[in-house]
Amino acid sequence: MNNYHLSHLQELEAESIHIIREVAAEFENPVMLYSIGKDSSVMVRLAEKAFAPGKVPFPLMHIDSKWKFREMIEFRDSYAKQHGWNLIVESNMEAFNAGVGPFTHGSKVHTDLMKTKALLDALNKYKFDAAFGGARRDEEKSRAKERIFSFRDQFQQWDPKNQRPELWDIYNARIHKGESIRVFPLSNWTELDIWQYIRLENIPIVPLYYAKERPCVEIDGNLIMADDDRLPEQYRPLIKPRMVRFRTLGCWPLTGAVESNATTIEEIVEEMMTTTKSERTTRVIDFDQEASMEQKKREGYF
Amino acid sequence: MDIRAFLDADEQKDLLRLLTAGSVDDGKSTLIGRLLFDSKKLYDDQLAALERDSKRVGNAGDHIDYALLLDGLKAEREEGITIDVAYRYFSTNRRKFIIADTPGHEQYTRNMITGGSTANLAIILVDCRTGVITQTRRHTYLVSLLGIKHIVLAVNKMDLVDFDQKVFDNIVQDYRALTDQLGIEDVTCFPLSALDGDNVVERSERTPWYQGPALLEFLETVPIHADRNFTDFRYPVQYVLRPNLDFRGFSGKVASGVVRVGDEVVALPSMKRSHVKSIVTYDGELQYAFPPQSVTITLEDEIDISRGEMIVHPDNLPCIGRHFTTMLVWMDEEPMDTGKQFFLKHNTNTTRASIVALRHRVDVNTLEQKPGKPFQLNEIGQVDILTAKTLFFDAYAKNRQTGAFILIDPITNNTSAVGMILSPLDESALENDIIPTLDLPKLGISPDHYAAIDTAVRELARQGLEIRVIK
Repeated sequence: MNNYHLSHLQELEAESIHIIREVAAEFENPVMLYSIGKDSSVMVRLAEKAFAPGKVPFPLMHIDSKWKFREMIEFRDSYAKQHGWNLIVESNMEAFNAGVGPFTHGSKVHTDLMKTKALLDALNKYKFDAAFGGARRDEEKSRAKERIFSFRDQFQQWDPKNQRPELWDIYNARIHKGESIRVFPLSNWTELDIWQYIRLENIPIVPLYYAKERPCVEIDGNLIMADDDRLPEQYRPLIKPRMVRFRTLGCWPLTGAVESNATTIEEIVEEMMTTTKSERTTRVIDFDQEASMEQKKREGYF
Repeated sequence: MDIRAFLDADEQKDLLRLLTAGSVDDGKSTLIGRLLFDSKKLYDDQLAALERDSKRVGNAGDHIDYALLLDGLKAEREEGITIDVAYRYFSTNRRKFIIADTPGHEQYTRNMITGGSTANLAIILVDCRTGVITQTRRHTYLVSLLGIKHIVLAVNKMDLVDFDQKVFDNIVQDYRALTDQLGIEDVTCFPLSALDGDNVVERSERTPWYQGPALLEFLETVPIHADRNFTDFRYPVQYVLRPNLDFRGFSGKVASGVVRVGDEVVALPSMKRSHVKSIVTYDGELQYAFPPQSVTITLEDEIDISRGEMIVHPDNLPCIGRHFTTMLVWMDEEPMDTGKQFFLKHNTNTTRASIVALRHRVDVNTLEQKPGKPFQLNEIGQVDILTAKTLFFDAYAKNRQTGAFILIDPITNNTSAVGMILSPLDESALENDIIPTLDLPKLGISPDHYAAIDTAVRELARQGLEIRVIK
């Protein structure tokens, strides 16, 4: 036995940094997709670590569906400014101006246009050849099989039956013009690892993760927070203050809150360990149709 | 234990990566499901979904069909088989685990190779009613080829033979004959019933003749730390960090060995020497670095080092050369074309490469050698490779990190093959070299253009296209 020991988190950190540097070295125009969620916050910190004491050599990009929680947008802008990130924000303005939204068009149409299409358009606009995403393999069944370097054809589509073999830490970064690679440096992290890392590294996260009294209304069994005045008229009289927090963050009408008293990371983890619901059950979009996340991924959504 | 104490203890756990191999019929998915379930990883809503799916499409009768948990993709659910590598995560109070779950069918050798490349340990499942079969040999051979140090033989479905010790002992005896032949040292055998949970998480009362630990207890305690190479320092430079004129750092992951501040080091291929000035990380400077840490090294002297080059200790050099013999696994639907030049990626180095000799193929079922001819998908054998750029490598058996490479098809960009290097070969014996030569005087190019040509040639070399220039 010697002193050359890494804990699982240190090993995961080293693996992620290696992946991030590999992308910076092999691609001409990479981008880090930033969802403002806890996983993104960890990924961003890992990128900062990978190039310290230098600056990260690629930009952050947020696809703003125009229905994100206001606190997310505030957090995004202040974090990027404080940490000197080059931040790109893109939206599908055409659909937004046409009035597309989750209340009027349903979650599927809204997600297709404001998230998937907005993302694909942005990737094409800037001609990014590699895009980092914060997805983890333990999040969802179809993600468990995805490579760390995940090949996308010129239409940004994923073919789960035709993935490149991926061995050791040797990543195949070769692509033809128009094709791209999605890169998942957090592939091997679990939800607990993420929280543990946030705790140890003091990584700032959006306050919505912590429990607080918030104005909520129950819609189709989900506890939805009334984040702005676009909540349809019929729900307004039903708004009640509830002590809640969010386990994932997305568009506010599509993200269910959970009742909670957890105001620290330790309490969040404690709640997570004893909870009866897995992380993505508060996401309305996963229940659209059978095998829905796989479908979305094939189409280009993460 | 309160939550703080839990988190503090959790932080200290190490990580074990394991591979499982076996067919659907061996109960592999059931075993993994059991490990996840009994370590309380499943959430209630996953369990509820599982019960619902078990009734609809399950193959386990009244039992919960754990296999459904693992088959993530729609297409596979319809076929009733797992077709690719799926990764699963669970932890106990002692350790964190990553399971690479791979299928057992012959045509999917490539998936098992993919899943096993980073594994510390492999679980090979056999059905106790059939014992060691062709598939078991195949899996065990692949595991030995990948250099996985620890093997667990899970003799499953013992409930179907009334937990008969004789059945177990006979299988173990057969299996040890095989692992002895392959030179695998660390083999541990378990009598299990994954379906009922016998000897999976807790010792079973139904096997009083079995004295060993339960499978999970073994997985939690098997020592893996010594498996890493801490002897031979190899540092493939991944990225050159130059945030300002005063700082030039060489970022990378320590592939093997240990490096300390003050060490004398040599850069390959330039053979220029210097000393380690500092080992930099975001969290401050380190006095030493070891695998698999990702760090940034600065040197006392200004030496030009680029990505793909390697920093090592001067008294412990790797093999330096362009010609070597290697085991190769063909991963591409398209058969091997020996007339083709591939891209070879080895650590952070990419170069053009050709397969210059086919020595033999291995019949993975009988382990016999067959004559060398171009490989088809899933075929394995020994070949000789010549690269355009110089590589810095070790035998895979000695150093997994610097002995492995992939071959990329230059047209489709697929990962066509993966290799585990056996040993270096003499270069002088080669008749047809693969490096194109630009004879500038002969081409009538004036020396005014040499600098521009040098720049272009350097950029092409970075992309793996080596060109020799005669001035």
